Amino acid sequence: MSAAVSAFISIAFHGLAYAMVLYLVSVGLSVTMGLMGFINLAHGVFAAAGGYVMTRLINAYHVPFPLAVAAAFVVVGAGSVVLERLLYRRLYGADELSQVLMTVGLILMSVAIFKFFWGPLAQPMQPPAYLSGQLDLGFRSFPTYRSFLIVAGAALVTLLWLGLERTRFGARIRAAVDNRRMAQSVGIDTDRLFTLAFALGSGLAALGGALGAEILAIDPGYAQEHLIYFLIVVAVGGLGSIKGPFFAALLLGITDTAFKYKLPEFGAFFIYAMTLALLLWRPQGLFGRSS
Amino acid sequence: MNAALETHGLCKSFGALAVANDIEFRLEPGARHALIGPNGAGKTTFVNLVTGALAPSAGRILLDGDDITALPQAQRVKRGLARTFQINTLFRGLSVLENVCLAIGERMGVAGDIYRPAGSRRDVVDEAYAALERLGLAAEAQRLVRELSYGRQRLVELAVALGLKPKVLLLDEPAAGVPSSESGIIVDTIESLPADIALLIIEHDMDLVFRLARRITVLVQGAVLVEGTPQEIAADPRVREVYLGERAPA
Amino acid sequence: MSDALAGRATQAVEALLRRHRLRPWEALPWLAGAAAFFAFPDYLALGSQILINILFALSLDLILGYAGIVTLGHAAFFGVGAYTAGLLAAHGWSEPLSGLVVAGLVAGLVGLVSGAIILRTRGLTLLMLTLMIAVMLQEAANKAGSVTGGADGLQGMDVAPVLDLFRFDLYGRVAYLYCLALLFLGWLAARRIVHSPFGRSLTGIRENEARMHAIGSPVFRRRLTIYAIAAALAGIAGALLAQTTQFVALEVLSFERSGAVLIMLILGGVGRLYGAFIGVPLYMILQDRFAQADPVYWDFWIGLLLIIVVVFARGGVLGLGERIAQRLSGRG
Repeated sequence: MSAAVSAFISIAFHGLAYAMVLYLVSVGLSVTMGLMGFINLAHGVFAAAGGYVMTRLINAYHVPFPLAVAAAFVVVGAGSVVLERLLYRRLYGADELSQVLMTVGLILMSVAIFKFFWGPLAQPMQPPAYLSGQLDLGFRSFPTYRSFLIVAGAALVTLLWLGLERTRFGARIRAAVDNRRMAQSVGIDTDRLFTLAFALGSGLAALGGALGAEILAIDPGYAQEHLIYFLIVVAVGGLGSIKGPFFAALLLGITDTAFKYKLPEFGAFFIYAMTLALLLWRPQGLFGRSS
Repeated sequence: MNAALETHGLCKSFGALAVANDIEFRLEPGARHALIGPNGAGKTTFVNLVTGALAPSAGRILLDGDDITALPQAQRVKRGLARTFQINTLFRGLSVLENVCLAIGERMGVAGDIYRPAGSRRDVVDEAYAALERLGLAAEAQRLVRELSYGRQRLVELAVALGLKPKVLLLDEPAAGVPSSESGIIVDTIESLPADIALLIIEHDMDLVFRLARRITVLVQGAVLVEGTPQEIAADPRVREVYLGERAPA
Repeated sequence: MSDALAGRATQAVEALLRRHRLRPWEALPWLAGAAAFFAFPDYLALGSQILINILFALSLDLILGYAGIVTLGHAAFFGVGAYTAGLLAAHGWSEPLSGLVVAGLVAGLVGLVSGAIILRTRGLTLLMLTLMIAVMLQEAANKAGSVTGGADGLQGMDVAPVLDLFRFDLYGRVAYLYCLALLFLGWLAARRIVHSPFGRSLTGIRENEARMHAIGSPVFRRRLTIYAIAAALAGIAGALLAQTTQFVALEVLSFERSGAVLIMLILGGVGRLYGAFIGVPLYMILQDRFAQADPVYWDFWIGLLLIIVVVFARGGVLGLGERIAQRLSGRG
C-alpha cells in the first residue's frame, strides 16, 4: 500500500473518530440553540462531567466500561435537568449577552469544581482490555478503541436520527424548532419538551465526553479549551439542525487531522479562516434555515 | 405623470410558501388608497417589500418613476417613502418630542453628528414642535411615550412618519388596537393630511376605509383580487365571498 | 411659530442640553485616580493595569452597551494595539505618544475592515465571527514568532520619556500618570460620542433596529463607525500596556482577555458610561487579593458572582444604584 494512500486512510480514520466525538458532544448544543434560541457556551461542561463520572467509576470503583458509560449518560442527563430548572429556565428569552455571561460563569465554576474534586491533571483513561490494542483488518491494522468509537458513534447517530424521524417525541422537537408558537398552539408542551431535549442533549454530550476521553482528554479546562470547536460545529452546521452539525463535525475533524499530519503549524488558523468564510457565505450554517 | 408608487410583478416566497404573487400595483400622487383583505392576505408583507424591509423574490418597485428595487430601506426613506407600523415601535423610554426629533434629525442629515450634544439643534426642535402642534400633541411633547394612552401613541407614530416629509406614506392599520373613543381623532388627522402626499392605508375597519379611501385594492393570499372605487368594491360579489365566505344571494 | 410654542421649544432644548452637562459627581473618578496616586505608592503597577483595563472596558461599552453588538473577540483590537506599539518600540521608534497614535490607528483600521466584513450578520453568527477574528489574529501572532516573539512574548522594547520629559521610572509613577491622562482623553471622547445625536441613534439601533431603518437611519454605517472607534480606543489601551510594561504576551489577543473585560463591564453595568470605572477596579482588586491565594476559589466565586449578577442584577453595580435611587425618590 503506497504511503499516500496509507496516509489518506489514516487521516480519514482518525478524522472520523474525532468527528464522532465532536458531533456527539455538539448535537445537543445545536438542538438547544435551535429549540430555545439559548446560547449555551457551557455545553462542554456536560461532556467533561460525563468523562469525569466514567473515569471515576472505572478507576476508583472498577465498574465495567459499558456500565460506566451508561452511568455517565444517566447521571449527567439527570443533573442537567436540575441545572435547567434552577438556572437556564430563568434566562430563556433573555438577551444574548445575559445568556453568554451566565454560561461563562458556569464554565468558570465548573473549572473550579472539577479541579477541586479531581485535581488539575487530565484523568487517565484506559480502555478495557477487549477494546485495547490493534484491530488487524488485513490490509492494515487500526487502533481498536478508535474503531470501536467510530462504530459506536455511528450506531448512536443512527439511533438519534431514527428516533427523531420516527418517534412522536422527535416530531414534536422538529415542530418546535421549526416554529415554537405554532407548536404551542397545537398543544405541544414546549416547556417539558425542552427540558427533555436539554437532558437528551446533555446526556449525549456526556456520552461524547466519556467515549471520546481518549481523543479529548478530560481535564478541568475541557469546556473552555474545546468551546471554539463545539461552537464551530454548531454554527457551521446550522442551529437547530440535527444532520448539519454531523457534516460540520466531519469537515472539522478530518481537516484538523489532515493538518496535524501534514502541516501541524497551520491547522487552527486554516480552520478558523474556513469557518469565517463559510459563515460569511451562509450565515445560517450549511443546513440552517435562513430567516 | 409618474405614479407616486408602482410595483410590477412583485413576488415573494419563503420556500414553497408564496406570500406575494405577481402584484401589480399603482398609487397615484395625492392618492387616498386603501389595501384590504382577510388576515394573512399579505398586506403587511406587501408594505415590507415596498419599504425594503423584505427583499422580493422577483419584480420591480418604482418610486416616482425611479426603480428602487435594489435600494436599502434607509435610502428609500430619503427619497420620500415612509411608513408606520401596525404595532407601535416608538421608543417608549423617550419623550414624544425626542421620538419625533430623531426622525427629523435623520431627514435633515444631522443625526450622525458626533461632536455636538444631542438636542442642541434648534431647527430640529422647532420643526418637531410645529409637527406636534399640527397633530394636537404639543402639550404632551415632553412626556414619555409610555405615559400616553395607546391612541395618543398611535398619533405620535404618525407624527414621526410625517417628520420624514414623505411623498408616499404607508399606514399599516393606523387605528389598530385603539379604543373607539380615541380612534376618531386618528381618522380626523388622516383626513386632514396634506393633499400632495400619496397615502396607502391598510385597514380592517371598513367604516374607516370607506370614509377615507377613494380607491381600494383587495389582496387575497398574496395576490390582487380586484381594484376599484369604494362603490365598485362594495358591490363586487367576489369580495363579499372572500370576507363573508358565502356567495352573494342570486 | 407662535410665541407660546417657541417658548416651549426653547424650554425643551434647554432640558435636553441639561442632560449633557457635566455633573459634579463626574469628577469623582479623577479625584479617586489622583488620590490613589498619593495614597498607594506601592501599588502603582496594579493601578496602571486598572486604568488600562478601564479604557479597554470603556471601549467595549461603546459597542456593547450602546450599539448592542455582542462580541467575544474585543481583545483582538487590544492585542493589535499592543503589538503595534511594542513592535514600534522594539525597532527604534521609541517616542511613546506617536507610537500610541499609530497603534490606535492600526487597531481602528483592523476594526474598520473586520467590521465591514462581519457586521452584516447577527446573533450567533456575528458572535462566532468576532471570535474567529480574534483567534485568527492570535494564531497569526503565535506563528509569526520571529516578528512577535511568539509564545515567549515581545521584548526588547525601548520606550523614550513621555514628551521628552518624563522617564518611565521603576516605581511606575510616570506610567500611572501617563495611563491616567490617556484614560481621561479616552473618557472625554467616549462621553462626547455618547451624548451626541450619533450616540443617541446607536441606542435607538440597539433597542429597535426596525424603527431606525424606517426613519432612514444608515444603520450599518453607524454600527461600523462605532466599531472602528471602539477598536481604536481598545488599541490605545493595548499600546499603553505594551509601553508601560515593555512586554507583550500572546494573551493580549486571547479569549480569556475578551471574556475578562466582558465580566468586568457587566459587574459595573453596561451602557451607562461609568460601568467600566466601577467594574474594573472591583474585579481587579478582588482578583489581586484572592486569585493569588487560591486560583480555584477565584474561578468558583467569580463564576458564581457572574451568574448572580446576570440573573438578579443585570445592570451591575450602577443598575443597582439606579434602582435604589428610584426607590428613594419615590418613583420606584
